[in-house]
Amino acid sequence: MRGTSAAIRRFEPVLPWILPVLVIAVWQLLGSLGVISSRIMPTPVQVAEAAVRLTLNGELPHSLAVSAWRAFAGFLIGGSIGFVFGLLNGVARLAERLTDSSIQMIRNVPHLALIPLVIVWFGIGDDGKIFLVALGVLFPIYLNTLHGIRSVDPGLIEMGRVYGLGRGALYRKVILPGALPSILVGLRYALGIMWLTLIVAETISSKDGIGYMAMNAREFFQLDVVVLCILLYALLGKVSDWMAKGLERSWLKWHPHFGRPHVHPPSA
Amino acid sequence: MSIDLQHVTKRFGNGPAVLEGLNLAVRAGEFVAVVGRSGCGKSTLLRLIAGLEAPSGGVILRDGRPAAGLDPSARVMFQDPRLLPWQTVEQNVMLGVQGLGRKEAREKAREALRLVGLEERARDWPSVLSGGQKQRVALARALIGNPRLLLFDEPLGALDALTRIEMQRLIERLWLRQGFTALLVTHDVSEAVALADRVILIERGAVALDLPIPLARPREKDNGFAWFEKRILDRVLEPGALPGKTAGTPFER
Repeated sequence: MRGTSAAIRRFEPVLPWILPVLVIAVWQLLGSLGVISSRIMPTPVQVAEAAVRLTLNGELPHSLAVSAWRAFAGFLIGGSIGFVFGLLNGVARLAERLTDSSIQMIRNVPHLALIPLVIVWFGIGDDGKIFLVALGVLFPIYLNTLHGIRSVDPGLIEMGRVYGLGRGALYRKVILPGALPSILVGLRYALGIMWLTLIVAETISSKDGIGYMAMNAREFFQLDVVVLCILLYALLGKVSDWMAKGLERSWLKWHPHFGRPHVHPPSA
Repeated sequence: MSIDLQHVTKRFGNGPAVLEGLNLAVRAGEFVAVVGRSGCGKSTLLRLIAGLEAPSGGVILRDGRPAAGLDPSARVMFQDPRLLPWQTVEQNVMLGVQGLGRKEAREKAREALRLVGLEERARDWPSVLSGGQKQRVALARALIGNPRLLLFDEPLGALDALTRIEMQRLIERLWLRQGFTALLVTHDVSEAVALADRVILIERGAVALDLPIPLARPREKDNGFAWFEKRILDRVLEPGALPGKTAGTPFER
């Protein structure tokens, strides 16, 4: 038993990558053997070749930069608005009565349904996409900030009062850190919505960006580029998730869940 | 700090009075334990003295002055430790002193942690401590500001029997050393007799028994101890004291 668990521990960092690598290997094999026609599905090598080609002619870096800028600008704007409203409505009853039901109403409109309107308002440039991304990420951040503040242990707030913390110190030391785990859940969820919104918006109407690159490639039947774009989405999603996890690790290191990497109990 | 409660009444909303016409005087430096059945209003009494609640009627004097809100020289220890999980043990203790420089506050925190025997855990997160250790940190946080009144709201209720005895000894030692006024709310009569100069029984919203405990400290569980314990327990368990029955109705006479 000792031997197996030691071996598992040695390969621990590689474990998440085994499955993706296996899938790509099988895919390549089936493609090379002609089981899957390259007219339907290009092989990984063909996709990699497309990636090199597009990187060398500058199309890929440009599209990536354009999409990333839209994604993060939208995220920053929408996230800030959601956070501020969540904070305000979490602590001020008047603000909550005034704005919460309106926000909930807007929240239930699928924001992608606004695309036709957004094209008319903003055209097919950056502004429309940033607007849609901002609208998409606003609500998860808002809801989770509000929920986080609501779920702070009232006992801790009372303790803070007994120990003479002023209003500012109470928010800084008790309420915000208490709400942080929930806010970070909202952040992670919002990152997913961010990419989803951007991809749909860019695919439907755009003149550059990854979504545009995929749609354009479809017109010319360059399936290798289409598949490359899809893989890029997976990669970008993974990068955002990894960043969110990093934030959790450093901001929630007090939390028994996030503080240390998983420690396996020693085997008997 | 001395405390004087005169005809204090407390009701929540339009409900029945939790405390009604309660009178109680505590001398500065005295250790008073408040016992009673659950729901008798003993925790409410503590919250009134702390200034966490305002009385519906009557007067509360602290050091002869009418109490208004929280007092910076009064500290409360709750049943749960209420440590901030996102601050280290040391930072939690530092919450107990406001308006000091960082360095000075840290030094005082170390000193307070030394008093409760947790100096070497200063940099740990509270989540890795045991229940008893967490309460000791809470005690250090309460003591760091040299309070003149320390209010204990069943702080040992959730601890195991051995840890409880240790904590009782620690509290007694620190009280003897620092000389603050102590008010301990507890449902454990034995704990009350072990620690207090005077045991107060609250019943139907008023003081039903006020018994000085003239035993020498540190207290041994000898015959004298047992006598006081039995006397208070018998009074608590008196049939007339049961809710819904009133003592001395014509039928019982």
